[in-house]
Amino acid sequence: MSKKRILTTSMGDQTLRLLTLLMAVSVLVLMAWMGWQMFDAARPSIQKFGLSFITNRVWDPVKEQFGALPFIYGTLVTSLLALLLAAPIGLGVAIFLNEMAESKFRAVVGFLVEMLAAIPSVVYGLWGIFVLAPWLRETVEPGLAKWLGFIPLFQGTPVGFGMLAGGLILAVMILPTIAAISREVMAAVPNMQREAALALGATKWEMIRVAVLPYAKSGIMGGIMLGLGRALGETMAVTMVIGNRPDILPSLFAPAYSMAAVIANEFTEATYDLYLSALVEIGLILFGITLVLNFFARLLVWSVARGPKGGNVV
Amino acid sequence: MNEYFRKYKNLMMLTVFIGATIIALIPLFGVLGYVVKNGLSALNLQFFVNLPKAMGLPGGGMANAIAGTLIMVLIASALGIPIGILAAIYLTEYDRHSWLSTGVRFATDVLTGIPSIIVGIVIYTAVVLRMGNFSALAGGLSLAVIMIPLIIRSTEEMLKLVSHSIREAGFALGISKAKTILKIVLPTAAKGIITGAMLAVARVAGETAPLLFTALGNQYWSRSLNEPTASLPVQIFQYATSPYKEWHQLAWAGSLVLILMVITLNLVARYAFRSRSI
Repeated sequence: MSKKRILTTSMGDQTLRLLTLLMAVSVLVLMAWMGWQMFDAARPSIQKFGLSFITNRVWDPVKEQFGALPFIYGTLVTSLLALLLAAPIGLGVAIFLNEMAESKFRAVVGFLVEMLAAIPSVVYGLWGIFVLAPWLRETVEPGLAKWLGFIPLFQGTPVGFGMLAGGLILAVMILPTIAAISREVMAAVPNMQREAALALGATKWEMIRVAVLPYAKSGIMGGIMLGLGRALGETMAVTMVIGNRPDILPSLFAPAYSMAAVIANEFTEATYDLYLSALVEIGLILFGITLVLNFFARLLVWSVARGPKGGNVV
Repeated sequence: MNEYFRKYKNLMMLTVFIGATIIALIPLFGVLGYVVKNGLSALNLQFFVNLPKAMGLPGGGMANAIAGTLIMVLIASALGIPIGILAAIYLTEYDRHSWLSTGVRFATDVLTGIPSIIVGIVIYTAVVLRMGNFSALAGGLSLAVIMIPLIIRSTEEMLKLVSHSIREAGFALGISKAKTILKIVLPTAAKGIITGAMLAVARVAGETAPLLFTALGNQYWSRSLNEPTASLPVQIFQYATSPYKEWHQLAWAGSLVLILMVITLNLVARYAFRSRSI
């Protein structure tokens, strides 16, 4: 073996090491760069409006008035509605799949739930326009108004397109996320825990309640937060059913607007720099919120299902 | 008495969980059912070979959108898959436990949760504004950004399944580390890596938001990668929100094609390349 050979192999080693290191670091760079790029583009709007950007409720590009409050409101209401519906159902699905279903059945139903996440957002939107919204307008909203109409949430004319439609479609879209993460953390609960509970004479539900859920609790919380993050940033389906009107109304039936939707609709129509900058600032706020949310959600999930140093998924 | 109450409660809760699962699956079959029903009646050969017709005229197709989606997914894969796999190699083969790896791993997880429309904004300000026009390149680039964290995650999981003895066998034979990784470890995990890549492709093929202001869309064929380019999801969005019945039908047909693409990719990835036998 000549010296040359040794030199070239070690050079190959060094090259691959450096190349892979570069790619790994690029992920960190990418994240920082995205934040900087948006901050830079949003700067004119930040300088001009300051904090009033998020408290002003008037969005009127013709008069150069830019307040993001209606969009923040629409995003929060639809996302919370989605969470309220999807969190219990998603958790139920996870419990069913993890603790109850036979393995064959589990594979099939598990695949179907994952398919729910695979359907593209724009297809949900299409379905929302032509199936969900008419159904809400003709059946659900009149019914809700009749029985629960004393609550401001369920007052007003049934339109179909509005926050209720947005929240419902978001619920469908984030359900698989919540179910999948809950399954992952529940699978990480040691079987000994279950056996101990059963040995003490617990019924299946009691076993789930005392042995599984407490152990997986923080991970499930993380899953729900990831679902919330997905709901906040979900664009197409919401854009297509929320009604796209920058109003702040208490009724869930009322048309509203979301942060992602206004970016999707107006970005290519922004005719002057400040307008574009204001839209980017909305994006920046969305970026910040989802970043923080995901950060804490991942911490929670990692604390249960993954070692902090990237140990194996149990 | 107490005994009965506990058994009754047990039964009730288990029924609730089964009910939740059934409720969760209703929208799946609802969406698939409508897409198949409305899509099939609008789907024909013209759809695959024709360009879109002018507003409200019957008989147009989405040939350019299908081609545009394929091209941009190809660009995204060409960038995203190698970058993702290389980064994953670093995380498993060179540096599993340092703070840097933990940071990269964490950033990867966080990146998968960033809304895809944000990627569109960033690529618009960084690429489209600078190059002066919307293009398939910008669209493909934004899809690549979405793809990279997905590929890293799935590849890393697969590489971790490769047993250490295989690597040690390589070293014991005097094979260099780089060769061991490229010729022994990667092929061993190939099936799983391909599965992950296909799932990532399926995911970005249906993305609309990042393409809205990077590739924009086009009613005609694009003659180069540096022109606005149509894509299936964006076209579906524009047709669905238009007031014309003929376009609505095309949107359903497009959705059917898109869903078939995505589900086929998912099924093939899961069953043809399924491998836990490492």
